[in-house]
Amino acid sequence: MFEMGAARVMGIETEYGITDPDRPGANPILMSSRLVTACRGWAGQSNTRWDYGGEDPLQDQRGMRRARASATADMLTDSTEFDESAQSVTLRRRRGSWEDPAHLNAVLANGARFYVDHAHPEYSGPEVTNARDAVVWDRAGDAIALAATERYATDEGERVALYKNNVDGKGASYGTHENFLIRRDTDFDHVISYLTAHLVTRQIFTGAGRVGIGQRGEAPGFQISQRADYIEAEVGLETTLRRPIINTRDEPHAERSKWRRLHVIIGDANCMDVPTLLKTGTTALVLAAVEADDARLGACELREPVGDVQRVSRDLGLRAELELASGERATALQIQRAFLEICRTYVDTATDAYVVARWENVLDLLERELFSAAREVEWVAKLQLLGRMRTKYAVGDEWGEVHELPWDDARLAAADVQWSQLGSGLAARLERAGAVETLTTAEEVLAAMTTAPRDTRARLRGDMVAARPEILDAAGWSSVVLDRETEHGELEVVHLDDPLATSHPLLDALIAG
Amino acid sequence: MPQTQSSGQSHEDDLPDVPVAPTQAATTDALDDLLDEIDGSLQVNAEQFVRSFVQKGGE
Repeated sequence: MFEMGAARVMGIETEYGITDPDRPGANPILMSSRLVTACRGWAGQSNTRWDYGGEDPLQDQRGMRRARASATADMLTDSTEFDESAQSVTLRRRRGSWEDPAHLNAVLANGARFYVDHAHPEYSGPEVTNARDAVVWDRAGDAIALAATERYATDEGERVALYKNNVDGKGASYGTHENFLIRRDTDFDHVISYLTAHLVTRQIFTGAGRVGIGQRGEAPGFQISQRADYIEAEVGLETTLRRPIINTRDEPHAERSKWRRLHVIIGDANCMDVPTLLKTGTTALVLAAVEADDARLGACELREPVGDVQRVSRDLGLRAELELASGERATALQIQRAFLEICRTYVDTATDAYVVARWENVLDLLERELFSAAREVEWVAKLQLLGRMRTKYAVGDEWGEVHELPWDDARLAAADVQWSQLGSGLAARLERAGAVETLTTAEEVLAAMTTAPRDTRARLRGDMVAARPEILDAAGWSSVVLDRETEHGELEVVHLDDPLATSHPLLDALIAG
Repeated sequence: MPQTQSSGQSHEDDLPDVPVAPTQAATTDALDDLLDEIDGSLQVNAEQFVRSFVQKGGE
């Protein structure tokens, strides 16, 4: 199953910003848990819990293991349960006093998990095999979150607004993470060296745009990426402090001897389709080149990648030259051109070919004239809108000179946040006005809200949620737990360690009824 | 090599064409309309909105 071009298992997790428009300062943890309850209500769901078996937040890709005692509390995502079992079906004793509180998790029929992560609601999309499906199930997540807010308003009699962004402008950042399965035998040092250069330079088409420079927006201005100012290390295990370009948490949620799960935390939340397609699609292709140990990748390696993250993000003219490990210099655009040429070798599917065509098209547009990319590239679309605002609200001074609205004007900061509001945000309105490229139809997003991808194990998880909720005690990424009448009287844990397994004799029989 | 996709749910066949030329004109009107729409609320509420948009760190 390791032949070149095999399906690339991937997925996107999104933490949404959350506010009550009528009660600034309302408790975000409480709102998030009520939203999860509302989501369960929307889904008409029973009491299926999240199964934490398989979480291993302290195992490092580089082979070492963080001592549990030295980990910060927020790293212990498995603290609710820790289960080392690895057989295909194992039994688990019932624990009367133990229960995953229903208001913290919803396991959905589309294979996703909707839950409370720290002080945010998070949608972790189902496993998909290509970038196009990543876009569809990412948008389905936005639609589910929006449906949950409507249910919340009905149930709670209060409003809640969700934002698909990554910063509050006051120092807080929350993440949009991509996950890619890569072969365990891939040299992790190569992943660090080569993928890093891609993650740093892909910002020019994945950035969502941000008003403010610095973690707290200390300096006025506009930059390409929401996340750049929060990336402070090249490699590391953390996701909340000293955030790294390459996160090394080694928790494959799959057969460990075959797979690593690469957890990418540098990306922006995107409200537009083309960036989401390219964010996942180009990274998957670069990973294919890294797995193949392609010798051409060495030319792309950066000398100072951490500093380059911010250098690229602040370079709206796309002219800044980055220092390569070879000692030569190149712009982010040139480095992306080099990655594109390398990745042509690894095009295998129709989606791969489409990703490469879009990738080349977007680089061409960015190179020709920045605003010609405003239909495709989110930061350019945002900059164009805010630029129009700066002209519209320009003020004349006493000498009759006209000044554009300065970047520290609250109207620009407000529009930056309102850009990403689910449902009524500026990006959503531009899309409805036909001003941005879309890659999905309303019908397929609607279907993906309640149907899992057919080509990964998410199909088994999602179909069990849809067809047999009464016996589904819990589900996780690599397990479903059955609670049914048996002689042994215990819970049955069905292990789904192969992410590409789309059938299972026991589960298929149960789903068929 | 065919992808390991079975029936139904694959979206690979529905991909829209990659545009060959940018379509700027339509965008310009859309931007102006949108700015007119939000004009009132921004003038009145922007500062308070920005001040009250406070999130906790995540991940």
